[in-house]
Amino acid sequence: MNDHLNTVITALQTRFEAQPGQFRGDPRVTLSPEHILEAAKTLREEFGFEYLSDLTAVDYWPEMSPRFHVVYQFSSFQHNCRLEVRVPISGEQPAVPTISQVYWSANWPERELYDMFGIHIEGHPDLRRILMPHDWEGHPLRKDYPLGYEEVQFTFNEDEIMVHKVHPQE
Amino acid sequence: MGIEQKLGNMGVITARLEDVINWGRTGAMWPMLFGLACCAIEMMASQASSYDMSRFGMELMRPSPRQSDLMIVAGRVSRKMAPVLRLLYDQMPDPKWVVAMGDCASCGGVFNNYAILQGVDEVVPVDVYVAGCPPRPEALIHGMMTLHQKIKQEKLTRWA
Repeated sequence: MNDHLNTVITALQTRFEAQPGQFRGDPRVTLSPEHILEAAKTLREEFGFEYLSDLTAVDYWPEMSPRFHVVYQFSSFQHNCRLEVRVPISGEQPAVPTISQVYWSANWPERELYDMFGIHIEGHPDLRRILMPHDWEGHPLRKDYPLGYEEVQFTFNEDEIMVHKVHPQE
Repeated sequence: MGIEQKLGNMGVITARLEDVINWGRTGAMWPMLFGLACCAIEMMASQASSYDMSRFGMELMRPSPRQSDLMIVAGRVSRKMAPVLRLLYDQMPDPKWVVAMGDCASCGGVFNNYAILQGVDEVVPVDVYVAGCPPRPEALIHGMMTLHQKIKQEKLTRWA
């Protein structure tokens, strides 16, 4: 592992109660949501992680609790290394502070988190849906959201399905 | 003695009005550039030289809906794009026709999910559905010819 990364992970452990880990040789760190903003500032200003390459989330319902893991991928050009930071948050009223004031490129990924998972981003300057229409109900990438959209029409059930199909007026 | 006896010399033919109008409409139908996804490539291929669509009068594809009379919806339509599609359809002047090209425009194709419109006939009335993923240029041209046959059967009483 990179020496710089070792320094970074030790610093995060002492200052922000981070749990280190690794996945297939890639280093990762788990933080709690109240520390993520300070940790992001530290990573950017002190340790030279100038690039937030990804901001996404995973839904582990119903196997794991807390349900959502927000994943931040930081990478540093100066030191040539990458670090993944995971923030587990629970399913009731999921919320995480915004890091868009530190990393400007987090603006739209955080909107995508809100749209797809329903994770409320505290302090976000423009929190609204980004992929789905603005009046859509539901958060599509949650595991309890239905996978398909309509029942597939075969010959044996085509009559039942055609009864319910809506056609637009000309 | 009617006009029919003189027809050979005078260079005049008589026909029904609706036949002439329908023939005129099929002869020079201008499609609107509405290639959304992969089917657009096949639409371009059928417009290009080997499978020429300009021999059917579709010499130019108009990007403006105000100047076109056929909308070939080529590709999958997402839910976010659906109101835009309807707006462009409303901006086209009558007479207008819609061809749903490909599986995604006809029925949602392989995408049975929250993001893709399950068939463009959820928002616009479709005249011809062309199946295929993507349909070969020959299939699209067959769709065009089917549309021409459909137009030639239109009645004066419907649009007079």
